[in-house]
Amino acid sequence: MAGLWWLMFGISLFVTAVIVVLVLWAATRRRRPGVRARMDTGQRYVTITGIILPAIVLVLVYVISLPTLRAIGDPKDPDQLTIDLLGHQWWWEVSYPGSGVVTANEIHMPTGRTVHLRLRTADVNHSFWAPQLNVKTDLVAGRTNHLWLRTDRPGVYRGQRAEYCGLQHARMAFHVVAQPPAEFAAWLTGQARPAPAPPGGLAAQGLRVLESGSCASCHAVRGTTANGRIGPDLTHLASRRYLAAGTVPNTRGYLGGWISNSQTIKPGNRMPPQPLGSEQLQALIAYLETLR
Amino acid sequence: MIFLFATPMSFGFGNFLLPLLLGTRDMAFPRLNAFTYWVFTFAGVILFSSLLFGRAPNGGWFAYVPLTGPKYQPGINMDVYSLGLLFLGVSTTSGSINFIATSLKLRAPGMTLNRVPIFVWALVVTAFLLIFALPPLNTANAMLFLDRRFGTRFFQPDAGGDVVLWQHLFWLFGHPDVYIIVLPALGIVSAIIPTFSRRPIMAYPLLVLAMVAVGIISFGVWVHHMFAVGLPQLSLTFFSAASMIVTIPSGIQMFAWVGTMLMGRVVLGVPMMWAMGFLVVFVIGGVTGVMFGIVPFDQQVTDSYFVVAHFHYVLFGGAVFPVIGGVFYWWPKTTGRLTGVRGGQWSFWLVFAGFNLTFFPMHISGLLGMPRRVYTYPGGLDWDLWNLLSSLGAYLLLAGLLVTLGTFAHSLWKGAQAPPDPWGGETLEWATASPPRPYNFPVIPTVHSVHPLWDQGSLDSFAEGARFKDRVLAEGHELLVTSELDAEPEVALEMPEHTPVPFFTAVSLFLAVLGLLLGVYVLAVAAGVVAVLVIGRWLWPRWSRREAGHAPGEKARETAERDAAAEQEAEKEKTEKGAGA
Repeated sequence: MAGLWWLMFGISLFVTAVIVVLVLWAATRRRRPGVRARMDTGQRYVTITGIILPAIVLVLVYVISLPTLRAIGDPKDPDQLTIDLLGHQWWWEVSYPGSGVVTANEIHMPTGRTVHLRLRTADVNHSFWAPQLNVKTDLVAGRTNHLWLRTDRPGVYRGQRAEYCGLQHARMAFHVVAQPPAEFAAWLTGQARPAPAPPGGLAAQGLRVLESGSCASCHAVRGTTANGRIGPDLTHLASRRYLAAGTVPNTRGYLGGWISNSQTIKPGNRMPPQPLGSEQLQALIAYLETLR
Repeated sequence: MIFLFATPMSFGFGNFLLPLLLGTRDMAFPRLNAFTYWVFTFAGVILFSSLLFGRAPNGGWFAYVPLTGPKYQPGINMDVYSLGLLFLGVSTTSGSINFIATSLKLRAPGMTLNRVPIFVWALVVTAFLLIFALPPLNTANAMLFLDRRFGTRFFQPDAGGDVVLWQHLFWLFGHPDVYIIVLPALGIVSAIIPTFSRRPIMAYPLLVLAMVAVGIISFGVWVHHMFAVGLPQLSLTFFSAASMIVTIPSGIQMFAWVGTMLMGRVVLGVPMMWAMGFLVVFVIGGVTGVMFGIVPFDQQVTDSYFVVAHFHYVLFGGAVFPVIGGVFYWWPKTTGRLTGVRGGQWSFWLVFAGFNLTFFPMHISGLLGMPRRVYTYPGGLDWDLWNLLSSLGAYLLLAGLLVTLGTFAHSLWKGAQAPPDPWGGETLEWATASPPRPYNFPVIPTVHSVHPLWDQGSLDSFAEGARFKDRVLAEGHELLVTSELDAEPEVALEMPEHTPVPFFTAVSLFLAVLGLLLGVYVLAVAAGVVAVLVIGRWLWPRWSRREAGHAPGEKARETAERDAAAEQEAEKEKTEKGAGA
């Protein structure tokens, strides 16, 4: 891919330079008075420079590009890990088939292994793009698209949707966390567990707020009675790096602000402001922070 | 920007210049022309007034379903889009038919197809593109309107509809539309460069073929807007190859322009500066365009700022630069005033610098992963500097455009009187007064070459033509109809007199569209019936004139016969002269 880019870049730079130099030369050279414009039609010159040379270059670039196209297609790897991605306005639902793990906006993957992403959308068209890892692939309503990722370098890669999807199109990022296989396996096991029981006190009160309030109608916390499917799964909320699809870091302050009135942080998002008393809010935050 | 400026701007140039370039007195269908003007105005009123009411279309210019469907965009915003564009399409289609008919039937005698100015070729190819490209868009918009208003399910996957259908239909219009926007601009460049290079355009037949080829190929590349949709790789390779091929006609034109300049003697007039600025900017848009033809590269940078940079280099560089150059070029002809040279130079350099400073950094922010259509982004992603540069460039560009407007205003206010031919141009419009009389040419000339004002034969014909009755302005409303290929004189055609009927037709259609838009279907039906009646009145044979002894065609036939005889005589005279010498 990089080789293809530098080839195209070099050709482009050359063509642009040739045209710029010719235009400047034509504009600035001084012709002796009395030298008249040449009147030949120049058909042969245009045929060579405008048809034959470009055709050779284009065919060359096209042929060179074909192996790259094949490389980003289905690698037919039997050992691949499948991850389901469901686009929502304006967040990503990530699930790992077979393990029961459902999370949001943070995609963990093992290094050195092919990952097969199945892309679907719950509402409008989106597009999945982690610039350092993969080319764009759209999430198209009514269809399932496929994408294969593979990286050998552990790290956190930022990505986002790239197809215009409405008001908060700008704030719909995600992070791909590439981990060594052992670390990934540990993460997956942890995520598969239901939410831990609150240690008591404020956190236990927070769980009651969550289950009895409006939270549970949209959000799910596995291991409790909250099983809404409209918003992101919160079972391991505290383990995520960001809130609201990469909008703000997952800290106590932002979490509280988001719950009380998320509309000031990401206007137009689907979560209505929560009219909680300060005590209830503190309790809820305390509980959510235990969801590691 | 795309629908109401870039696409129809060729019609502005065309309506004024086409009859002048062809050596005739009016468009073939003046009433249809008035109709297209009023429909365009009313469609513009619908689309722009929606901004005042806070109901502007809100699904992006390509309006992908399901985002634009009834579920995600309730309210009439997207109905304004679908109906407004359908209505606008009526204007564009009628205008295209008029352009084609005019160019085929009203060319001055002797202007055979291989002597037609390149700009006219560009307008005709554009008109054909519009006629074939608009039906998919109209179909899609009609389906979208039915989906939104009457509960059909064309684009609803859960009911068996298909959202990718919209994308196919839209881009089947959308890609040819790129050439609909760019081709007239390329035609303008092909008009400016020979004039300021003091020699005819190079490789004329190849240039014409290139334009026609672009028109045809542009219908076979639409899927390159959809490389990331998840279509099978095999079909992507076909569209990738087709997208590469479309580069070749552009290469032909680019090297023909540069060659013309190299072989000629370049005079750096203000219009020429814009044309040369265009060459530099357009080649950059062209090379990045080739990159987009390569599927894996496209999938990486599509919907990023890289594509924003690319299409501004093509559409701003490729269309707006030539259009401003064209306005400078034909300004003296249109207004009868010269523009200030210094103002023109300042406006060019400011716009050129501002444009590049605005859009070049977007290549880089796009390669750094910045997606398009975001109103905000977090800091620390290395995008900040490039966006800052783009913002500064935008102000510079604004300053440049203000200077451009100021130059034109100054010319209107204080500009020197323009002679008929201030630039030493090659085509027929420079033979008329500045500004031209309503009838353009007192005498219809005979054309002997592709650059009639540079050859003595064509120039002499203005005097010689006075001998032919049908070429002289007789009763104010006569055009000379010639044959399609060889422009042999056929008949003198009497043009219709003034009438408000086209205006009333447009008004009744406007009311019908408003009725549909606001859901007042009684109004829509009533206005539709009125429209049919008015069109009936429009098409009704003109009995009164026939009774008065002005049967259409009769007088024309007489003059044609008379002229045929006169021409034979002239021919005989010429051969006798030749024999005498």
